[in-house]
Amino acid sequence: MKIVTICGAGIGSSGILKVNTERVLKKLDIEATVTAVDLDSLADIARDAQVILTSAEFVEAIGQTFADVIVIENYFDTQELTSKLEAALG
Amino acid sequence: MPIPPLPADAIQLGAAASTWRDAVRLAGNALVRSGSATPAYADEMIRMIEEHGPYVVIAPGLALAHARPGPAVLADGLAIVTLAEPVSFGHPHNDPVRIVLALAIAAGGDHLGAVASLANVFNDSDAIDALAHATTVDEVQAIMNAGEAA
Repeated sequence: MKIVTICGAGIGSSGILKVNTERVLKKLDIEATVTAVDLDSLADIARDAQVILTSAEFVEAIGQTFADVIVIENYFDTQELTSKLEAALG
Repeated sequence: MPIPPLPADAIQLGAAASTWRDAVRLAGNALVRSGSATPAYADEMIRMIEEHGPYVVIAPGLALAHARPGPAVLADGLAIVTLAEPVSFGHPHNDPVRIVLALAIAAGGDHLGAVASLANVFNDSDAIDALAHATTVDEVQAIMNAGEAA
């Protein structure tokens, strides 16, 4: 499974989301690669992604996708990440 | 890579800012004082928010301002500014912001260790409150160093 996290620069906030997503996936015992990208690189990298994690600001810019787009409010809240990932993947 | 160094120069407590731009500028100034960035980096951090919206407000009360690696970054660095009065970034859930972190990363491929350490600090939901109420540089450094040990 391929999961992509997005932010404006592709470092910083998307990196935090990547790190915390990997922690949650490990606890859920789900295998996936998680890639942090900036919005400009999205088209190439996200083409075959199953899940895109981001904040509300970027949803419109993502455009059409087959992936589940999950909006995260608190990037440090692994409970929020866990329940939203479980809902999308379960 | 661990959390970038956080010298006293890079910490400003109880600062006065009337807008989110002022707050990000203060955090940029702290990076300049500590030798991590040129003044242009603050402009870039502000431009990222103008362009993409308040996505940098990644948790209630906390903004993680940053821009891309580039010539405005002199060395990996982190700055922390706490605000006497919170400011609004226009975020639907996480406003108002009490703490602005500014992160400068010199090389794009080399930042995940630093953000993992930041996550260690702030996955403790008490850390934001503790930082917002910190009154000394020592307290701030101790809170941030807790992520290194985790």
